[in-house]
Amino acid sequence: MDIWALLIIPLVVSVFIALVARKNEELSSYVSIGAVITGFFIVLPYVLKLPGDPNMHPIEQAFTWIDIPGLKVEMGTLIDPLSIIMLFIVTFVGSLIHIYSRGYMHGDPGYSRFFACLSLFIFAMLGIVLSNNLIMIYIFWELVGLASYLLIGYYYEKPSAADAAKKAFLVNRIGDFGFILGIFVIFYATGTFNFIEIEQHIAAGHVSSGTLTLAALLIFCGAVGKSAQFPLHVWLPDAMEGPTPVSALIHAATMVAAGVYMLARTSFLYAAAPDAMVVVAYIGGFTALMAALMALGQKDIKRIIAFSTLSSLGYMVLAIGVGGTGAGMFYLATHAFFKALLFLGAGSVIHACHSNDIWEMGRLYPKMKATAVTFILGSLAMVGMFPFSGFWSKDEILSATFESGNYFLFAMGVLTAFITAVFMSKLVAVTFFGEKKYHGHPHESPYVMTVPLMILAVFAVIAGFAGFPGLEPNFGSFIHTAASGLLEHGGRGVHAEHRFNFMVASLSTVVVLGGLVLGWTIYSRKGMKSDVMEEALPFTYKLLENRFYIDHIYDTYLVGWLYNGMARILNYIEVNIIINFVINGMAYFTRQTGKGLRLTTTGQLQNYAFVMVGGVLVLMIIFAAIF
Amino acid sequence: MEQLFFYIFALVAIVSAVLVVSVRNAVHSAFYLIICLLQVAAIFILLRSPFLAAVQVFIYVGAVMVLFLFAVMVLDIGREKTKDYIHSQWLPAVGVIIALLLVLGYLVKGGKLSAELGIYNEAVLAKNTEVIGKALFTQYIFPFEVVSLLLLVALVGAIVLVMKDKTRPRKNNGVGS
Amino acid sequence: MLTISHYLILSFILFSIGVAGVLLRRNIIIVLMSLELIFNSVNISLAAFSYYLQSLNGTIFVVFNITVAAAEVAIGLAILVSVYRTRKTVNVEDLDEMRY
Repeated sequence: MDIWALLIIPLVVSVFIALVARKNEELSSYVSIGAVITGFFIVLPYVLKLPGDPNMHPIEQAFTWIDIPGLKVEMGTLIDPLSIIMLFIVTFVGSLIHIYSRGYMHGDPGYSRFFACLSLFIFAMLGIVLSNNLIMIYIFWELVGLASYLLIGYYYEKPSAADAAKKAFLVNRIGDFGFILGIFVIFYATGTFNFIEIEQHIAAGHVSSGTLTLAALLIFCGAVGKSAQFPLHVWLPDAMEGPTPVSALIHAATMVAAGVYMLARTSFLYAAAPDAMVVVAYIGGFTALMAALMALGQKDIKRIIAFSTLSSLGYMVLAIGVGGTGAGMFYLATHAFFKALLFLGAGSVIHACHSNDIWEMGRLYPKMKATAVTFILGSLAMVGMFPFSGFWSKDEILSATFESGNYFLFAMGVLTAFITAVFMSKLVAVTFFGEKKYHGHPHESPYVMTVPLMILAVFAVIAGFAGFPGLEPNFGSFIHTAASGLLEHGGRGVHAEHRFNFMVASLSTVVVLGGLVLGWTIYSRKGMKSDVMEEALPFTYKLLENRFYIDHIYDTYLVGWLYNGMARILNYIEVNIIINFVINGMAYFTRQTGKGLRLTTTGQLQNYAFVMVGGVLVLMIIFAAIF
Repeated sequence: MEQLFFYIFALVAIVSAVLVVSVRNAVHSAFYLIICLLQVAAIFILLRSPFLAAVQVFIYVGAVMVLFLFAVMVLDIGREKTKDYIHSQWLPAVGVIIALLLVLGYLVKGGKLSAELGIYNEAVLAKNTEVIGKALFTQYIFPFEVVSLLLLVALVGAIVLVMKDKTRPRKNNGVGS
Repeated sequence: MLTISHYLILSFILFSIGVAGVLLRRNIIIVLMSLELIFNSVNISLAAFSYYLQSLNGTIFVVFNITVAAAEVAIGLAILVSVYRTRKTVNVEDLDEMRY
């Protein structure tokens, strides 16, 4: 029952803040933080039990929600290593972000609203993680969309924030449309929504491979939207309009991870549909490389991190696409720590400088040592430097790709790692070292903000050892259990556990080191006012800065033509057909009929008598005709 | 013999009825109506209902027609200008009436109007008034009482309607003096 | 030999004449008299049915009918008198306040 409490507490808190504690900011924040920390302590025993029992049997608790002939929908929870790890990440990182928000959002007019939305978000996210069937996951999937809409549009009076929220919502909707079609396909093929039952059907070979491929691709659409893969990645950089803790929450622990988690949850489906896996892998690899390139051309500290997140998500999807579900989930876990750390660190810097532009910072290291050190540790983890957490997880993905034989994808991954190293070293060099370019007097953030940074930094450094090759059981083996099947039928095509590949590891280390050195030498020179790349390669820079003009194309063609064109057509239909013809026509008809009929009210008694006699006559004729 | 009397009564009744609806003077009309009603009383006698005939004469010819004449005299509308005394809807109305007559004739001629014979044979009906009286005060006592109440209500209503004017001048006098 | 049809046909003729009076005349008093004609035609047919079907119901009904007709005339004439007092007319076609 404690699992249900995990779900219910954040919901109750969210409603409580919205309805009761709205005026009391202190109470709102404490209740909200308390809810997520309680959740963390509910999850903790499961996490601690996990190393001793890597092959734990999945615990399913469900009750029937809808039961009509031919359709049975459950509300239920499924606890297995996969969901436990995800629950741990969500509640742990979520707790730290909640605590950090108390400091960051201090004095904001919508303080209580913010915490109500955060709790709603946590509720929705935990719902996705705990779901035992597709319908439930879809419901919470949409709830996450709603919560993210509310949070991205938190500064709703700012047009850019409102637009970004709308964009995130609409772009996600496109993916979700595919997702629900995929759910229908699966239901059509298997007659159930429950993960375990679907897996049984697929394992028994009841479903044709064509149907499986179709279902897998459609469900992947949902992940493409939620995890911001190409071509639906456009919402994620804009989502930076929300407050920084929201960016951390959305990009590190929760929303974008939901897509990857869902892919991992349905990995049995992809294992049975190799064609779909190829698509998944290529989209992941392409997204990773493209986003890393885009990050090179950005100036805004949060945007750089946002694009690095896109790139990381590409990595995770790539891992799942090449069958490395364990590697993908491992990367998701470590990524949650170091990306939350980077975002919160960036928030701390923005808090101090009141600017997002890295070229208006510089030499912040002496002013804010705690933020700087933790940020650098996070960056090293992000680029995958030995022995930080990113190294182990990224290496697992690269070796999984290498072993699957996709050398092209492997090359893309390595190139991405190189570019990541370049822009992360640029970010650190320009922000914390280099020339002093900030205005005013930046100072270190309060402890309520720096302590979560430090805790996250510790995890960003050591979390990778969960995947240490010598450790047994290590991270991969938990996920192996999850990915190879909720039933012990052995994963077809999913080789979740990878042996440490020394060749790949050394190659990636060399590449990352090269990238770091290159970035450092370019960007740590004195007297640099703006990006040297802008002068050296103006055309390329312009292209990268404008994100390959993908947003531009969407704006022009999708929004400009399709959207506006449709709006115009619908407007025409509404004005001319619905309003003029149907509504006004009905009114006109009624009025004319009334005008005609009122003439019968002559006030002449004998007219009425005449009509009455006529009626009697008709009745009598009928009578005469019948008898 | 009976047939002869029936035809006489019927002919007089129809002619006087036509005159009721066609003459211009309301007083004449009322007198024709009296004739017509007397013929109907005679018809009742042919139908072996002397009680009905008596009631017809008392109530209709006696009370109702006096009321009519009284109203005509009081209102002094007997000699009203009756230039256009036919209603403007006369053409369709005449059509409907003729159609009505035709349908009625068809129904009667086809013998479609009949029912099972009752228990009151000619011998019983010979004691007409006694039989009706017994039925009225036993079997039909409730409707009888209802109708008497209705009459009372009509009486009160008629008085109230006509009295209405009397209050107004008194008020005016009060204001004037 | 007289049959029920004789009486019914007489009744129907009187009825039609009464309807004609109601529909055609403008003088409201004559309209009321035509209504009495209609009552009487109905009474004839009821009495005829009563006689030929050997049933007392028709006769009783006629008694009630006459009572109701008396009440109706009393009320109708009272209304007529008060209408005449306010409007100074007995022309039905002029009494058309309740029109569109």
